[in-house]
Amino acid sequence: MDLHEHSALEIREGIARGKFTAQEVCERVFARIRDWDPKFRIFLASDEEGAHSAATEVDRKLAAGEPVGLLAGIPLALKDNLCTSGFPTTCASRILEGWRPPYNATVVERVKAAGAVLVGKVNMDEFAMGSSCENSAFFPTRNPWNPECVVGGSSGGSAAAVAADLVPLALGSDTGGSIRQPAAFCGVTGLKPTYGRVSRFGLVAFASSLDQIGPLARSVEDAALLLSVIAGHDQQDATSTDLPVPDYLLRLREGVKGLKIGLPREFISAGIQPEIKAALETAQKVFADAGADLIEVALPHSEYCLAAYYLAATAEASSNLARYDGVQYGLRVSGDNLLEMYGATRAAGFGSEVKRRIMLGTYALSAGYYEAYYKKALQVRTLIQRDFEQAMTKCDLILTPTSPTTAFRLGEKMEDPLTMYLSDVFTISANLAGLPGISIPCGYSLEGLPIGLQLIGRAYDEETMLRTAYAYQSRTDWHKQRPAMEETK
Amino acid sequence: MPEITEETVKKISRLANLRLDADETARFTEHLEKVLEYMRKLNQLDTTGIPQTAHALPKQNVWREDQVLPGLDRSEALAGAPDVRDDCFRVPRIIE
Amino acid sequence: MDQDYEIVIGLEVHVELATDSKIFCPCPTAFGAPPNTQVCPVCLGLPGTLPVLNRQVLVLAIRAALALEATPAEHTKFDRKNYFYPDLPKAYQISQFDQPLALRGIIEITTPAGPKRIRITRVHMEEDAGKLLHPGADGRLGTAGSSLVDYNRTGVPLIEIVSEPDLRSADEAYAYLIALKEILQYAGVSDCNMEEGSLRCDANISVRLRGDQVLGTKAELKNMNSFKHIRSAIEYEARRQIRVLQEGGQVVQESRLWDEEKGVSYPMRSKEEAHDYRYFPEPDLPVITISAEMCEAISQSLPELPQARRQRFRQKYTLNEYNAGVLTSSRELADFFESMVDCQAPAQAACNWLTVELLGKLNAEGRRITQSPVGPEHLAELVRMIESGKISGKIGKQVFAEMYQSGRTPEDIVAKQGLSQISDPGVLEKVVDEVLAAHPGPIAEYRNGKTQTMGFLVGRVMQASQGKANPKLVNQILKERLDR
Repeated sequence: MDLHEHSALEIREGIARGKFTAQEVCERVFARIRDWDPKFRIFLASDEEGAHSAATEVDRKLAAGEPVGLLAGIPLALKDNLCTSGFPTTCASRILEGWRPPYNATVVERVKAAGAVLVGKVNMDEFAMGSSCENSAFFPTRNPWNPECVVGGSSGGSAAAVAADLVPLALGSDTGGSIRQPAAFCGVTGLKPTYGRVSRFGLVAFASSLDQIGPLARSVEDAALLLSVIAGHDQQDATSTDLPVPDYLLRLREGVKGLKIGLPREFISAGIQPEIKAALETAQKVFADAGADLIEVALPHSEYCLAAYYLAATAEASSNLARYDGVQYGLRVSGDNLLEMYGATRAAGFGSEVKRRIMLGTYALSAGYYEAYYKKALQVRTLIQRDFEQAMTKCDLILTPTSPTTAFRLGEKMEDPLTMYLSDVFTISANLAGLPGISIPCGYSLEGLPIGLQLIGRAYDEETMLRTAYAYQSRTDWHKQRPAMEETK
Repeated sequence: MPEITEETVKKISRLANLRLDADETARFTEHLEKVLEYMRKLNQLDTTGIPQTAHALPKQNVWREDQVLPGLDRSEALAGAPDVRDDCFRVPRIIE
Repeated sequence: MDQDYEIVIGLEVHVELATDSKIFCPCPTAFGAPPNTQVCPVCLGLPGTLPVLNRQVLVLAIRAALALEATPAEHTKFDRKNYFYPDLPKAYQISQFDQPLALRGIIEITTPAGPKRIRITRVHMEEDAGKLLHPGADGRLGTAGSSLVDYNRTGVPLIEIVSEPDLRSADEAYAYLIALKEILQYAGVSDCNMEEGSLRCDANISVRLRGDQVLGTKAELKNMNSFKHIRSAIEYEARRQIRVLQEGGQVVQESRLWDEEKGVSYPMRSKEEAHDYRYFPEPDLPVITISAEMCEAISQSLPELPQARRQRFRQKYTLNEYNAGVLTSSRELADFFESMVDCQAPAQAACNWLTVELLGKLNAEGRRITQSPVGPEHLAELVRMIESGKISGKIGKQVFAEMYQSGRTPEDIVAKQGLSQISDPGVLEKVVDEVLAAHPGPIAEYRNGKTQTMGFLVGRVMQASQGKANPKLVNQILKERLDR
């Protein structure tokens, strides 16, 4: 097996046993980035020097018999909305071009301390707003399964980096499906933890009450490994939970016997691509064969999720993105006076979708419309949370498709914001309810594009969700299939 | 009559300090109206007496102790600034 | 001021809380540091940063609320107030909107017509903004070609105290601020130092014809940074509004700035829509539940407040209203006085020596009671020496000057300089006899009915004793001798 085909756990194992060195792994990563990145355009900035010295340090420690961390020598890519001290962090936006944060995000500190080798920052939709990675101010990323297709978004670069076997692990963020949907489009495993499970400190905010950082990997096992490292209380994030963090690898193999998996009848809508519907039905059988009980549940307010989500998220975003005004950092377009400078800087610095969402959010909060839009959305959010509470009294997990479609063509949905938003219709409810969700590959379309299924778990119970997803992967090999990139090189 | 007119878009763009050109103004007027029309489906629900959920999960009384810790050096604080004078961030003249 | 009109004033006072670190990050709050040296990624509002509440802010805010007899909310939360300004790094201020920390308080003020209770609408917590400098011809906003921002003050904890429109004159507003300042200082909530900006005030002012029930259109007066300015600013603004009405015009609802140098207020040019603050719940900060236990514990730790202490001083020490007022104007001064009384100084004498001599000297030098070189024990000792007749009042002043100068104890000064009062009748009789022998003329005059010469003779005796003779005894002995 070639080095880049190893899982994260295999790499750690191999390095620890002296089968290969962290430096060899690292060199292989950069060789592949050189080979493939020009084609798929995944990285916004790679850090060969930093990665090399981190790998060298792991090798030195192992040679000296010193203890190493859980991610020792494992290459890892970061979504470019995670702050990295002294290293560019752009959120794929012109407005932050050239900015180097003076601090590391908590997750960055944690993966570094665990010995991960950070190889660079990957592409995304600008400020995590989008479902295709086409809203990057710099360039769209192409899908390793078909370069004519999008990678999904907003964590499209993270999903593509894993799918193209450039890195075994990546971190993304998920506000309405931004980890799970690109994971589905790229045929990888992507997990959004419970809100508060992972510190948001250093994650550039899109919608603060919905954002969570999570792992993308080729398998549930690797995702569990990365989650074990990044999860846990952080003093610097008042919304992070202080509940203890289990070792997510420990109980992966315990199976799903007796677990109840709920199928929300509202999600079997007409808009779903037939191949996805079929893949989901097959997946249900796999879970049933593994010993789970499949039952029908009701999430009656599902059709209102999208509206509630876009109002709440854009309202928060309009406030979170107000700070990009050319005063302290990032882009400034000069103007004769302050207001002209503000207006010109923000006009030049933000892309179209970001502007559209700032406008929508500002409107939803403005005098005279707050009650009708923002307040209404928060009330509906309560109803959606109650739906899940109700459903979860009957089942342990909920099973849905991750996305109603497979990866679409580049440019296909750019002119119609609403159709693009519908791409997140199955994932956003978990963000509104704060619940953990995971997307894993469960088949391929006739065109050969990956299909993902989503499991939504109970709050703070990533363990059961991971165990269920692992049971699926141990019975299927969808996640083991690799894109035939060579052929299209 | 549509809720969103070009005037509304202009007003909102001033609130958000986003300068829009004529083309953008026209496009956003159309987009916003279309998106809001979809959002108004929420009005089908009677939410009288339903509390608002502003935080994903319930949590309360999180704080830190009143303890001073070192922050950034001034050079670090000013490092990203587009315009610096006298150890301060400089901005163009403010018209009240 | 035109007597046909009534002035209606409500005040919004921002007070900096006396914490070591900022409200949402661990940066120091100390005043006067070089620009941009007390900042971190959080208070600079850098992308990705999050606020975490400083517990002491909540404690001090509840203390303030309780001291103002306001009711702390059971549930309170933070909200974002959105507006763009270069001194606001996130382009929103974390403040409180619809669930403030506390509601409905009272401050009692003294007016010429007697005490008056001013209602407080609400008390809420928020973060301060940075400081803007306008280098230009005259340092003013309008003329500066550019402005400079110093973020040291960004994130310093504030409480805002909003009063009902219960104040009816600039003097009442002034009295309200003095009372508020005293209470907050007593409660240990803030040093209320106006020079350092720890107490700032906006005033909502309107005028109406006497007898009118409806409030007039108000103007908000901002940027008043000293108690004196506030009084003249309110007077100016009220006169301006009355003139507008008298000339048949209408008062415009607007924000105005006070220009102290020119003694005028002028309207700010910002458009009305710039004030659509789009408040919404701060998603980065969990809500706060204030338990009855927490309130009780904070309430227990509150000291006696100025109003109560003033009352007690009048009753317990039989001081007049004026003196009780002076002594309780600060907690430190009142504590100084009570320490003197604890050291057996009689209350009235202690009050006199403290307010006349010591405060006189301190005020002349611009020092505060906490900076006094004379401690309460020593000043009490001096008072005791005078009261017991060990030294005369006149010598007392001399000793006090020496104490203030050197910091030595009165006992030490009196002993070393031999200043003890002579109260030994034997010694005094001898001195009196010597003086009488040397002044036969005045004796004759006295005996002829010109009793005023008595004073002359007392003076001679005092002079002969270098001021140390007990004047009461001297009088007594002289009288005996002369009337013999």
